[in-house]
This record gives sequence, structure tokens and C-alpha cells, in this order.
Amino acid sequence: MNASATPAGGKLWTGPYKLLAVMAGIAAVLLIWRFAAGLGATTAMNDGYPFGLWIAFDVVTGTALACGGYAVAILVYVLNKGRYHPLVRPAILTSALGYTIGGLSVLIDVGRPWLIYRVPIYFWRWNLDSALLEVALCITAYIFVLWIELSPALLERWTKSERPKLARFTSITHDFLEKTLIWVIALGLLLPTMHQSSLGSVMMLAGTKLHLLWHTASLPLLFLLGAVTMGYGVVVMESALASSAFKREPDTRMLSSLYSVAVGVTWIFVSIRILDLIARGRLGLMLTFDLYGTLFWLEIGLLMIPVVMYHAQPSMRSNLGFMFRAAFFMVAAGALYRFNTYLVAFNPGENWSYFPAVPEILVTLGLIAAEIMAYVYIVKRFPILGGRTAVAAAA
Amino acid sequence: MLKSVAVAGATALVKASPVQAREKKTAPSNAVGMLYDTTRCIGCRACVAACKEANGDPADTRTPGMEAYDAPPDLNDCTRTIVKQFNDGDQQSFVKMQCMHCVDPACAAACMLGALQKREFGVVTWEPDLCIGCRYCQVACPFNVPKFEWESATPRIVKCEMCSDRLAEGKEPACCEACPREAVIFGERAELLRIAHQRIKQHPDRYVPKVYGERELGGTQVLVLSHVSFDKIGLMHEDEESVPHLQQTIQHGIYKGFVAPAALYAVLGGVMVRNRLVNRTNGNGDSPADVMEATKKEARA
Repeated sequence: MNASATPAGGKLWTGPYKLLAVMAGIAAVLLIWRFAAGLGATTAMNDGYPFGLWIAFDVVTGTALACGGYAVAILVYVLNKGRYHPLVRPAILTSALGYTIGGLSVLIDVGRPWLIYRVPIYFWRWNLDSALLEVALCITAYIFVLWIELSPALLERWTKSERPKLARFTSITHDFLEKTLIWVIALGLLLPTMHQSSLGSVMMLAGTKLHLLWHTASLPLLFLLGAVTMGYGVVVMESALASSAFKREPDTRMLSSLYSVAVGVTWIFVSIRILDLIARGRLGLMLTFDLYGTLFWLEIGLLMIPVVMYHAQPSMRSNLGFMFRAAFFMVAAGALYRFNTYLVAFNPGENWSYFPAVPEILVTLGLIAAEIMAYVYIVKRFPILGGRTAVAAAA
Repeated sequence: MLKSVAVAGATALVKASPVQAREKKTAPSNAVGMLYDTTRCIGCRACVAACKEANGDPADTRTPGMEAYDAPPDLNDCTRTIVKQFNDGDQQSFVKMQCMHCVDPACAAACMLGALQKREFGVVTWEPDLCIGCRYCQVACPFNVPKFEWESATPRIVKCEMCSDRLAEGKEPACCEACPREAVIFGERAELLRIAHQRIKQHPDRYVPKVYGERELGGTQVLVLSHVSFDKIGLMHEDEESVPHLQQTIQHGIYKGFVAPAALYAVLGGVMVRNRLVNRTNGNGDSPADVMEATKKEARA
């Protein structure tokens, strides 16, 4: 893989890190309460809104935010654009962490988690009509795939260990993985293609409860494309943040071409979104400026910001701050589309309402905090980030 | 390269998924059901009480100001059927609400391990050992029927199962047995449809000329006759296509025989192996190996 990646090093327990630990700790305490008292006591979910923040954000939006590994792997391994290779490890790391958090969120959200092991095991009971089953199986498998993809980077920490047995064992495993990894990576491309599109199919079954601006047979395709644009956006943002936080020199040329690719995919997404409305004869709904019409335009507006930025200011395309802002809007647009499809544009009837309860929000924040803690720990101790350190570059 | 991938992928997809709508589901030949008639219902709620007794569901004393009574405001975690009153000017009607036992139920299409599915007599029942409490059935149900025990740490899904245990003993559902006016009756679905149409024919002035559930959302096994328009009593769906129909057509189109995913996997793996070989032999300046080499050289310099 990427031999030039090195651990960032440095002190782990900094001030912000301790703050993150406190947030994760609060979530842990709240989770004890959730499992003891049930979902009604700790969340605002109800029979009308059975999917709340944890599903709509942590799982559905979170796993799309974690599609950086998928998006970069398409470029590097399928389209053979080797220049993006330094992005693979950090992208796979955030994907592995994001999907793991997504999996944990499912465990927290389901009402009867003591039976959840049966979903992957009871294959003779699998309901092949269920899009959610497809999502559950694929995400479970993908979490394993991501950690296997990441494992060479983790093992490299010990391949030159002073304990000969450990060094030998890790080297052998490492080399074996490097040779066979291609079939795992292929799986790492297939699984997100399947479950990210199926996350769209899931909400098709909401029928008339999902507003017609969102309910369409194109949901699987739109969810897949959205995962790709969000994946690229996150990689750009993450590279910019990591390079400043860990004093790495960012490869702006590489990020800039990634930005171009993302703009292309965004154009496809927007075109399908509009053409789909035309094909269904629902274009008029766009012009109804109720909550839903407004949200639709907010989505389109956010989507078009990075596109307009790209076309309006070609000279800024490789400016890191500019790309960061563009990527931010790209990610926000994709996130809003998913959040709307699962929650805001979902309307079970007049008698129901939902706004996440405080413990729900704190648990989500705590899980994000734990994810960032794990990211910082791994990046500081394991060879993930590429590029020269600013210090080395100056010398 | 991109082109060859696209062509291979598209070919695999086209071969795997002749995009044809899946067959419309029909009720099983021994389908049973209920026929509820608003003109006969006096709103006595004997059915609600009988239902609670038969299912062992507790009284709902949570409604503010009504703590002394079993006064559920709607179907909920301890109420599988309820009688509501709808007023619209001088028109009023009672309506008994419960699971409609759809011919093509969205909840069953949603359910991962088939905890909810059509079982004996086409009745949709819930199997606790197969339910992980994901609540996708609640998202999917067009009538908002399945309820979840939010206040429990070990929650169940609660819905009308047409007293399937009583049916097994040859008895009729508790609500039908309890009804003093035969406003809700039990029987074979085909027979109930015949009775319903006969009532409309005999008293065309009394009824909206439609048996709700004959065709709505692909048909239901609980049928309703009404003297007020159906949307006023909460039965607003007029579409005759079942909720799962379109989604299942697409889902099964993509995944038919698992050919498309398997083909995609083979293509992806093949492309990657090929890329590796190409990069090794002709040293494509863009390959991961070369970038690594260049970075190393740079580091040495």
C-alpha cells in the first residue's frame, strides 16, 4: 500500500481530547439508561416516527459521510488513478470508524437488540423482499471488510518491532494481506454500491408517508450517487483538516482534481433529481413553497454552491480553503437530502410529531466524539497519513 | 477502461433484470377476514373490551383527565382495536380501526426475518423470536397499525393478529364474537365480499357504493362498508397498487438471482487484477506502485 505514510505522533491527551472523552462518557451513561428504561424514556421517537435521529443521522447520513473510502477506492482501484493513492488510508480509516459507529447506532436503536445476532445467522429466515435486510447484511459485512482493508496499516506498527516473534507474525500477516487484499477491496466496492442504494429502496416502502418530491423509483440511484459526492466531499475536507492539524503539506493538485470529479457527479445527481420529477409529472411540486418545496430548493441550492464555485472561479479551484468550503456544501447538501428523506419529508399523519430528545442528541454527539477520539489516536500512532511533515519539508 | 467497465456492468444488469413488474399478489384461497359496517355500529366498544381480554392487554389509563378509565386515544401498545367517532357537520360515523390484514402487506415486505408475515388463512401475525425491534414495519404500514412498546426495555410489536390462536381452535375473533349488532362479522374473505356487495345492492341509499379493501392498496382481508366517504373515517388510500409493488419490482429487478451483484464483483475484481498487471508491466505513470516509487525517490533526494 502506501509506504510513505507515517504516524503523526505527538501527545494524545490534549485539552480537546479530554473534552471529547467527557462527551463520550456522557453518552455511555445515557446508554445505560436507554437499555434499562427503554426507548420511550430516553428518546422522542413514537409510533408515528419510529425512525428518529439515530437512524436518520447516525446510520443513514453517517454511513454516507463514511463513503470516502468507497469514493477514493473507485478512483484508485477501478479507474487506476494512482495519484490519489495517498488518500486511501485516511479515507479507509474514516470509513471504518464511521461504519462502526453506524453499526453501533443500530444496536442502540433497535428495541430487541438481544436478538440482533439472528439477522446475519438465521439465513433460512431471511426475507429477501426486505431492503432493510440487504442493508443490514451489507453494512455488517462492510464493517469487517473496512477493518481488513485497514489492517496492513495497523500491522505496520509492529512489523519492525523489537520482539522478533511479534515482528515475524505481523510481517507474514501483512504480506499475505497485501497479496490477497485485492479481492477484499473489490468486496469493499461492491458492498457500498449495494447497501447505499438499498438505503434509498428502504424509504420507497414508506409509500404515501414520504412526500412526493422524495418518493420515487429513483431513490436507490440517487442515494448511491449522493454517497459518492459526500464521500469525495468528506475526503477533501478531511485532507484539509488533517494537513493543518498534523502539519502535513497537502497535495492541493490531487484534491483539486478530486473536486472536479465530485462536481461531475453532482451534476449527474441534480439532473436525475429534476428529470425524475419531470418524468413523474411532479415538477409542479417544486413551485409549491410550503415546507417541502422550500426544503427541496434548499437541497438543490446547497448542491449547486460547490458547482457554481467551481465554474465561476477556475483560478481558485486548487486553493485549499476554497476547496474546503466547496466540499463543506457538497457534504451538507448530501446530508440534508438523506435526513429529509428519512425524517423531515416523512409525514405519518397530522397527529404525530418528532423532535429529537436531549438524551438522543447527546448520544449522537457522544458517538461522534468517540469516533474523532479513535481517529486522532490511530492517526497519531499508526502510519495513516501520507505527505511530508512541514518540518521535514523545511529541512 | 471506464467504458469497458460500464459496458460489462450494463450488460450484466440488462441480462439479470428484465424490468418487468412483479406479479400482483392475490389473497390465499382460504383467506379469512372481517366485514365492518358503519351503519350497524353503535360505538359501544364491546369489541375493544373483548379484544383486550382475549389478548391480555392492559387498560390504557394514561390519557390525561381519564385516568379512571380505559381510554386509549388511538391504537397503541395496549390497544389492538379501537372505535372512533368522526363528526363532520351533521354527518357522523363510528369506525372500528385495526390491522387490515393486507393481501400484499408492506409490513411483511419490510420485515427482515419475517417476524411479521402472512401465515395461516392469510392473517398477518407477529413472531417474537424473529423480531429485533427495528420498527421498519411501522414506517412501511400505510394504516399506521403496528405499535411498539416504547415504555418497555424488552418491547414487543403489538397489532391485531385476528385472534389467530382462537382461529386455530375453530373460534372466531373475540371482537366479532362480542359485537351485539353484527357490525363486525368474521368469515371467509370471498364470502364477506359477496355479503358486502349484497348489502350495497339491497340498500343503495344507505352506503357509499364501494367495499373498502376489495381493491385498495392491493386489497385487504378486513373489509369496510360505510355511509360516509371513506377518507372521513381514516381510510384515505384510494390507490389500487399495493405499497410494496413498485419497490419490490425494483429491488427484485436489481437482485434477481443475485446475478448483477455477482457480475459486478467479478468485473471489479477483474479490472483491479488487470490494473495491477498493466501497472507492473508498462509502468503506467499513474499507478499506485509508481507513485510510491516516486515518493520514495523524492524522500531520498
